[in-house]
Amino acid sequence: MKKSKSEPLFHITKRDVMPWYKTWGIRAAAIVAALIVCGIITTITTGLNPFSVYASFVQGAFGSGRKVWITFQNMSILLIISLALTPAFKMRFWNIGGEGQVLVGALATAACMILLGDKIPNVLLILVMTVAALGAGAIWGLIPALFKAKWNTNETLSTLMMNYIATQIVAFFTVVWEVPKGSFTVGIINQATNAGWLPQLFGSKYLLPIVIALAVTAAMYVYLKYSKHGYEIAVVGESEKTAKYVGMKTGKIIIRTMILSGALCGLAGFLLVGGINHTITTTINSGQGFTAVMVSWLAKFNPITMIFTSFLIIFLERGAGEISTNFGLNQSFADILTGIILFFIIGCEFFISYRIVFRKKKETTSEK
Amino acid sequence: MKKILSIVLACLMVFGMVACTTGGNTGSNSNGKVKIGFIFLHDENSTYDLNFINAAKEACEKLGVEYVLKTNIPEGQECYEAACELADAGCNVVFADSFGHEDYLIEAAKEYKNVEFCHATGTKAHTENLPNYHNAFASIYEGRYLAGIAAGMKLNEMIANGEITEDQAKIGYIGAYTYAEVISGYTSFFLGARSECPSATMEVTFTGSWYDETAEKEGAMKLINNGCVLISQHADSMGAPTACENAGVPDVSYNGSTESVAPNTFIVSSRINWVPYFELIIKAAQNGEKIPTDYSGTIQTGSVVLTELGKIAPAEGTQARMDEVKAELLAGTRKVFDTTTFTVNGETVTSYMADVDTDAEYQGDHEVITNSAFNESAEGFRSAPYFDLRIDGITLLDESY
Repeated sequence: MKKSKSEPLFHITKRDVMPWYKTWGIRAAAIVAALIVCGIITTITTGLNPFSVYASFVQGAFGSGRKVWITFQNMSILLIISLALTPAFKMRFWNIGGEGQVLVGALATAACMILLGDKIPNVLLILVMTVAALGAGAIWGLIPALFKAKWNTNETLSTLMMNYIATQIVAFFTVVWEVPKGSFTVGIINQATNAGWLPQLFGSKYLLPIVIALAVTAAMYVYLKYSKHGYEIAVVGESEKTAKYVGMKTGKIIIRTMILSGALCGLAGFLLVGGINHTITTTINSGQGFTAVMVSWLAKFNPITMIFTSFLIIFLERGAGEISTNFGLNQSFADILTGIILFFIIGCEFFISYRIVFRKKKETTSEK
Repeated sequence: MKKILSIVLACLMVFGMVACTTGGNTGSNSNGKVKIGFIFLHDENSTYDLNFINAAKEACEKLGVEYVLKTNIPEGQECYEAACELADAGCNVVFADSFGHEDYLIEAAKEYKNVEFCHATGTKAHTENLPNYHNAFASIYEGRYLAGIAAGMKLNEMIANGEITEDQAKIGYIGAYTYAEVISGYTSFFLGARSECPSATMEVTFTGSWYDETAEKEGAMKLINNGCVLISQHADSMGAPTACENAGVPDVSYNGSTESVAPNTFIVSSRINWVPYFELIIKAAQNGEKIPTDYSGTIQTGSVVLTELGKIAPAEGTQARMDEVKAELLAGTRKVFDTTTFTVNGETVTSYMADVDTDAEYQGDHEVITNSAFNESAEGFRSAPYFDLRIDGITLLDESY
């Protein structure tokens, strides 16, 4: 009991024991409560009917065939980044560097497209882009992991700072590749030739990231749940000392897992540049490396649940944009609503973990 | 509990489908009515976007057409998607306001051949050969030149009052990026100021963003600490005017009056009035007429305007002098980029190949100096500025962007 008080992280691990339907029930209740609060605030501040605002939310995400596709496309990128962070989080390695890992992946992809576009066959180019993006992301994940494994540096700080380094490197290359000079805009790469653009799947430009995201989800689920690696990650996450005691090479596991984490972030960067934006900017990832932290946590590091949590975030985001368009409200108002909803959802997670602590107390006393 | 969740999700899906079908119905806009969609980089907190938003509302309400405003659209695939969504929703004309939107708007224009796409500040319409893609800008350098007249007169007043000496007549300027649009802007402003106050010099700092309130505020503070006695800007937040008001330094702003945040220091602001262009494209859509590939609004078309002068800061007789110079510009007796009024590296410029056709190597491709004047945004070139000479008298403090 004493131990759990001084090390609150362990509570969260124990939370998995709680029946899943209860946690989902609490979450559903939180969403309902959030919608009620949002409704009251909407009516008071804007005089609008909250139900038409909510309908707008839905319309923003599903209002037309294209909107549905865009929603799922955005969701798939966020899902991939969340999945990428998950093995690290499960290992209790706080990889806050998703943003930077995605950015370097994106930068490597853009570099290949700009430097090799039209010089080598497209199939080969895309292959090179893939390798470069995954490699760049992996290196960006590897560096903090090495420091952690060798010198036990604080990975939260080092991964966070790697983000800023990545942003500045991208800014530097934006100036190198900008067109016209001084505009700080690279523009669409290979717009005339489409060299290095990822192919459309069944005639849809939105499908490819979605398919890849689903494949990664399934693979990550199997990897974490059924593979030896996954088991090792879980053990290191539970207790590094236990892992060492049973003869696991924790340093190796940390490094291996962060390479995987970084490489998957690189994959997201690859899709962002090669498949979606076809350009490189410092804001191409629009903070999703951080949003993914929330997505992964909300899903309790469960890849399947992450489909829903990433959907929730993207749904709110798309809806928020629609509200500002339909009602002529400032985007900030929609963001306030999104903030309230997220506050309730995240707040209820704390509530859930608190209850677990309470329960464990009882168990320990009864055991004694 | 899982049931509740699945019911909620099912409801969402059903909602979505209903919204889908209704969205589809309003989307088919076959009754000949014109609907116009606007894409803005930021929202009304940015003076740049606010200027477009006000003009969009004014033009659409005047002509009684339906319109949709999409704010906070980044310069990426989101722009393409926003443009496509607007086209799907039945817009006949789609307009985007930020430089980086251009490539994405072009992508949308290739896909929706029967929708007209118009883009402010872009450079590619004249080389892209897409009949439904158009650029627009205005000879804002003339407006900035006139604002420079007001600045020069303020400097003269400060010299006459003994507040500064002639050598201390240094202007500070906060620019966003080091590219032609900004260079053309600060140079024309400076030339206007120097035509009134011959000892004027200028320092320019760049923020690397169109909208960064903190950076613009800090930029203004830095320039003021460097000894600049008057500030102007080509960036879109209230950062610089606020800093000027706090420091009591006179300020010439851009995109619209900033008197509300800087009542004591605001002199004047030049801006592009987009109403004439919006009216033109809406009418063209209504009558099935062609929209010009490159449209460059002028003082004559009412596209280049100056706000009312501030109540406190401007020097005596500023309005009269500005009107005089404006008349000279209209009559053609005075030219903003008259090559006899400036030098580059100590020499008068007699020939210059400007990078009018955008390419990755920044190669100059058009001779732009004729009759001893630089032909900015001229007929036969393109609407967006291409003046990027670094003239003497202006010091760039940093060029990282």
